[in-house]
Amino acid sequence: MDNLQIATPEIFLLAATCAVLVVGLFTQAKSNTVYWLSQLTLVITLIMSLTQIGDDATTGFSGAYTVDSLSASLKSWVLIIAIGIFLYSRDYVGSRKIARSEYFVLGLFAVSGMMIMVSATHMLTVYLGLELLALSQYAMVALHRDNSEASEAAMKYFVLGALASGMLLYGMSMIYGATGSLNLNVIGDILAGNSESMSAERTIGARFGLTFLIVGIAFKLGAVPFHMWVPDVYEGAPTSVTMFISTAPKIAAFAMLIRLLVGGLETLHADWQQMLAIMAALSMVVGNLIAIAQTNIKRMLAYSTISHVGFLLMGIVGTTAEGYSASMFYAITYAFTTLAAFGVLLAVSREGFEADQLSDLAGLGKRNVLLATVMMLAMISLAGVPPAVGFYAKLSVLQAAVGAGFTWLAILGVIMSVIGAFYYLRIIKLMFFDDPTDTAEVRPAGDVSAVLAINGAAVLALGIAPGIIMSACIAAFG
Amino acid sequence: MITLSHYLALGAILFCLSVVGIFLNRKNVIILLMSIELMLLSVNMNFVAFSYFLGDGAGQIFVFFILTVAAAEAAIGLAILVVLFRNRSTINVADLDALKG
Repeated sequence: MDNLQIATPEIFLLAATCAVLVVGLFTQAKSNTVYWLSQLTLVITLIMSLTQIGDDATTGFSGAYTVDSLSASLKSWVLIIAIGIFLYSRDYVGSRKIARSEYFVLGLFAVSGMMIMVSATHMLTVYLGLELLALSQYAMVALHRDNSEASEAAMKYFVLGALASGMLLYGMSMIYGATGSLNLNVIGDILAGNSESMSAERTIGARFGLTFLIVGIAFKLGAVPFHMWVPDVYEGAPTSVTMFISTAPKIAAFAMLIRLLVGGLETLHADWQQMLAIMAALSMVVGNLIAIAQTNIKRMLAYSTISHVGFLLMGIVGTTAEGYSASMFYAITYAFTTLAAFGVLLAVSREGFEADQLSDLAGLGKRNVLLATVMMLAMISLAGVPPAVGFYAKLSVLQAAVGAGFTWLAILGVIMSVIGAFYYLRIIKLMFFDDPTDTAEVRPAGDVSAVLAINGAAVLALGIAPGIIMSACIAAFG
Repeated sequence: MITLSHYLALGAILFCLSVVGIFLNRKNVIILLMSIELMLLSVNMNFVAFSYFLGDGAGQIFVFFILTVAAAEAAIGLAILVVLFRNRSTINVADLDALKG
């Protein structure tokens, strides 16, 4: 067991999660003990992973686990976003028939899965991290037991997620057969280095495996044409779980994509570049066009996610370091902005009322100015309007695509984000210029309002000073 | 003489059968779960065959992990199935159509 200490944050998180699980057995259904313990666990883990930032890249566990500047900063973001998720969903989960301690425990397990995915440099660790995340998510979607839509969504998510894992595994087995190794760094060296041991037959095997690998990753990310689960799961799942699925796991999926394709199979980039470019183009077109027709906010945000995945992939197709850091920036800021949007939806919902139709937001500006402003900032950021962070994220991704010669993709991206602006701006219009249909008071808890305000302010502040995150993203691929 | 390609062909056939099983099946959710298991087992077949012909043990270790995860996955799948049946009183795939847009 060499270098056990590089995994201290994960080991602590896992041990603490098991402790929280046991504590959850002995607490009252109404008490907040489990919630506070989960937050404490996340904060301590966050401090532990923040100390890893700036360390030299180290591998441990026989090359299966790596801590470098990419993993340290992505882990910290996953944890920060998880803290926000737990805070926003506390009152939602508490006021519904959702087993609340299980929600937080499953969330913690999912977070440890994401942290493992981010650090994995071996196909086995990639797979185990992915499954730890996915299995927790299936259970979280089904957590609302009496809701028939939630259980249908869980079933669809489970079947398609398992299909994706199967595809990914089949690809991994072919690559293992072609290169004789499961370690992604070794695979990278074998594919790049010697043509003698890599016969033409074996290279074809690796390419065959690559195709399955990309199908599996695209399923997990929700890129067109493997997106069919996204809208159903987003709509059917309880809003707090939709928020969970749509934010932090995108960061982890980005890391998995980088580890597998860039870390392991960069030599084959001529093959995967084309596939990713087509998926990026289709995702942007399908996501933005179908989102216009939606009347359910969660379903609309699902199609919006699909279009944003297209933008995320656009940075990677260029296979340049600038492109990778632009995509990393995109993934982080997207998760951060979506967190604010779902935070507002959760704050507007109350017992027996789900704010999931567009009309439920009508006149929110008159009912609670703070929530409406945060939602507006999130929407202009997702649309890519200048002062907000989404503009800078889109700009850097487009720059990377143009720089790498994918001008057609960049033009398509610009056209599609103009079309997409329509449905984001419609929400702003509904909130500020329409009359409320629902007159009940919207008053979220004090700490939720405060964090939502910080979250909204950060969406704006990071747009004005993107360098804070961007420098970490550039360092990760430096 | 059984060569590597025989094993790979068998793995590929099983994999295709399971994918077809997932997409063509319109009757029963349990058949979907069986197809998923078959898919993971076909991958195991690939790993074991490669591991044997490459003379490398790592592939067989991977198989143990896949088997373990497959068991966990089946447990969660069946749990979701029970919840679904309680709410809908049916496990017909064609009836899973409440979510559409």
